[in-house]
Amino acid sequence: MSARTSITLKINGRDHAIVVEPRRTLADAIREDCGQTGTHIGCEHGICGACTVIVDGEPVRSCLMFAAQADGKKIRTVEGLADGEKLHPMQQAFMDHHGLQCGFCTPGFLMLAVGVLEREPGISDDDLLDVLSSNLCRCTGYQNIIKAVRAAAKEMRK
Amino acid sequence: MSGHGTRGSGTTWVGRAIRRLEDPALITGQGRFTADLAADHWVRFVRSPVAAGKLTKISGPKGATLITAADLKGVKKITPMLRKFNYKPVGQPVLAESKVCFTGEPVAAVVASSQQDAEDIAEQVELSIEETKPLTDARAALEVNAPQVHPEAPGNVILEGKVKTQQFDVAWAGAEKIVKIEARSRRQNATPMESRAGHASYDASSGRVTLTCTTQMPHLTRTAICDVLGFPESDLRVIAPDVGGGFGQKMSLASEYVVLVWLARKFKSSVAWTEDRRENLIAGFHSRDQYITLEGAFDKNAGLTALKADIISNVGAYSCFPTTCGVEPLMAMAELPGPYDVQQYQCLSRGVMTNTCTMAPYRGVSRPVITFTLERLMDKAARAFAIDPVDIRRRNLIERFPYKSAMGLEYDDATYKETLEMAVKAVDVPAFRKRQKEARAKGRHLGIGFATFSERTGYGSPAFAARGMEITPGWETVIVSVDPSGFVEARIGSSPHGQGLRTTLAQIIADEIGVAPDIIKVVHGDTDRAPYGWGTFASRSLVISGGATLIAARKVRAKLIKIASHLLEAAPDDIVLDEGVAKVTGTDRSIPIARLAREAYTQTHRFKGEIEPGLTETGYYDPPGTFSNACHVAIVDVDVETGHVRVEKFLVAEDAGRIINPMIADGQVHGGIAQGIGNALLEEIIYDENGGIITATLADYLPPTAHEIPPIELHHIETPSPNSITKAKGLGEGGTIGAPAAVINAINDALSPFGVEIDEMPATPQRIRAALRNVEKVA
Repeated sequence: MSARTSITLKINGRDHAIVVEPRRTLADAIREDCGQTGTHIGCEHGICGACTVIVDGEPVRSCLMFAAQADGKKIRTVEGLADGEKLHPMQQAFMDHHGLQCGFCTPGFLMLAVGVLEREPGISDDDLLDVLSSNLCRCTGYQNIIKAVRAAAKEMRK
Repeated sequence: MSGHGTRGSGTTWVGRAIRRLEDPALITGQGRFTADLAADHWVRFVRSPVAAGKLTKISGPKGATLITAADLKGVKKITPMLRKFNYKPVGQPVLAESKVCFTGEPVAAVVASSQQDAEDIAEQVELSIEETKPLTDARAALEVNAPQVHPEAPGNVILEGKVKTQQFDVAWAGAEKIVKIEARSRRQNATPMESRAGHASYDASSGRVTLTCTTQMPHLTRTAICDVLGFPESDLRVIAPDVGGGFGQKMSLASEYVVLVWLARKFKSSVAWTEDRRENLIAGFHSRDQYITLEGAFDKNAGLTALKADIISNVGAYSCFPTTCGVEPLMAMAELPGPYDVQQYQCLSRGVMTNTCTMAPYRGVSRPVITFTLERLMDKAARAFAIDPVDIRRRNLIERFPYKSAMGLEYDDATYKETLEMAVKAVDVPAFRKRQKEARAKGRHLGIGFATFSERTGYGSPAFAARGMEITPGWETVIVSVDPSGFVEARIGSSPHGQGLRTTLAQIIADEIGVAPDIIKVVHGDTDRAPYGWGTFASRSLVISGGATLIAARKVRAKLIKIASHLLEAAPDDIVLDEGVAKVTGTDRSIPIARLAREAYTQTHRFKGEIEPGLTETGYYDPPGTFSNACHVAIVDVDVETGHVRVEKFLVAEDAGRIINPMIADGQVHGGIAQGIGNALLEEIIYDENGGIITATLADYLPPTAHEIPPIELHHIETPSPNSITKAKGLGEGGTIGAPAAVINAINDALSPFGVEIDEMPATPQRIRAALRNVEKVA
């Protein structure tokens, strides 16, 4: 295969020096080269959003970004959301409002919602619904995800 | 031992919306899914690019490890079996042998040291296939000169169910009106967010293989693989770790898993396969591809007196294991009369083989389709009699229980009429009709649709035996133990994957033995740890595993009381287990339950042989089955220019017996309705004329997003079931069963001024526009 390149992925404040092929997706690199398997892969064509992570403050689909493009950028994944034992308000809200069932899409939804609310804390309910429709969930019918994200949004504004 | 606090005196854990015990790992990225495991070797399956043909040659690049059917000597075909209904056993080779039967069929396995390398090599594998004309449509497959998919099933009919009640002809002849529908349900894919994956690892010291895979049925997976490969079940451990949704797709045996176990044994190493989304959409099992012609005979009061059905199920290229392809056609035949009091019934139900992906159960199985058909029929009949759709349901719903259906099924206590009335009141039909009229005047087309239905749940082995299944599921076993540390473990044969069973079963146990749910661990999904069981499917786990749990927990309770009565020197009747202690009522004497457990193992000499050592009890449950019921109401807004449908509101009045955890129960209903709305409007696997699939990405096959699902309003009635010892009924599938009928009835209501009818699901914009164009042409 083509020449491999050395990059550093800064995931949740920790540097991972890895060597990857140019075609390696960020999702595969996070999971396989850095061992952070909390980020899931649902479709590999950018539709389902299960692989959503935050790169330099923006939620991105890590299956549509090459690992090399994320070299040196600040990456946040679900493993970095909680502060030690203290859950992020978004995680707490997903538990309190039953915003997950099988839990496969959950990391993607958490990172999507956190990424958007950090950027736009005052986002309207309608716009929030637009954002949440970027990701797919097959278990919850979205009712409790919407409830959880709205509750967390309130909490995060405090 | 914190988190949920105490239940408080006089209340129970059952019935409370406690947070799920499953969640902490899943929300922190600590869930463990199959694809998270590393492996020495990775497998990529080379799949047939065509739907039908003779396979003459497979060649791979030099040096590649390429496994084909020729290598799998002695490996049996997967041959599920039914003993009734003129079933023709058709075996499925785990890798295609001399012919390919559907696009996506696994033909060869490439083994390499990484997933990427395996994919690169697989792209260089060349298949020589002499293509033949494929059959994708079930009606075409039934034509006299149609090609044969398999010679074992002449005329492409793999099974045929027939029924006719004694007085059918009399009822039919006496009808005031006969109303008919020709319904069509297009093909769907359950589309769990986690596609399938397997990881098989050989242990040199024991010679055992551990298969970790995305299954809903770990024990049956083990049984099937050991049958096909011919080695003892004790040498195979199957683990279902966290599984990212299944909805039925993951209960059927994936032939890919057989290959993985074979490879692990051959290479004495670990091998893994993670299905990509395209593979899942084309080859990960399909469902609901059916034609149903249904006629209803009605008396002069619009009372339904007889039903006549012709059901054609496209079961695809093979028969799925373990349910067999009878699962759709036979369930459709057995349950079609639904919630209505109709004693005369005639039905012909056929499973038809085609060159398409194999059919497997998908949430609700046939019931979304039969409910859609029957509920469309009731709306058509209401129009024929010029009465209200609600009224015709009122006149025909079953009211007296137990009720024996035309097919001999016994319906336990339910609330068909009550849930209908509850829904009608909550949705405020007169107010809607007023709004609808005003909107129509402004060129907006709103519609309301109803679906009333029964949901047979929690049925044990007799119900499955009626289908003549060689492998007859039904019962469940649960082993509850309190260990010497005082913690509780329940090992269960069910295999939940999102349903929250670890929490609900813990609630049941907590009430029995007087401890908090968060010291109770429910262990599942591991054939080394859990007792043999059937898994999680068919809205059965809470009823059947829950029942077995209650039985086991009651035995543990009895033993704890016996020990406490010894140690506290009190009569057993005076002992109460609550909040972690055994107390003697009316005194201040008590002893921690953890201490009782300790003594049960370490101080048995004190019991003078009157109490057996240890604190482990087994419960076993095989119930007859119970019927949940609901009324769904959808309000839609149809754009007649574009054919686009927006579901404005969805309301449910449902009865699933006693609710163990209302939060979890509501979540099940929400999720089912979203899938039902997807089935009604969006989701369709489409084959082209050459048998290729043109909906092989999630940009083409469309599960609904948050935008397509309206707020869902839920109302509950709890009618305890006499057929379930926990009084709970199942409710995993109801949402999916009722929603397509409610939504498409609403579309038809909205379009009623145009005189068009949509009897096909999904009701896509294209179909709605085509129907409108047809009447525009006529006009």
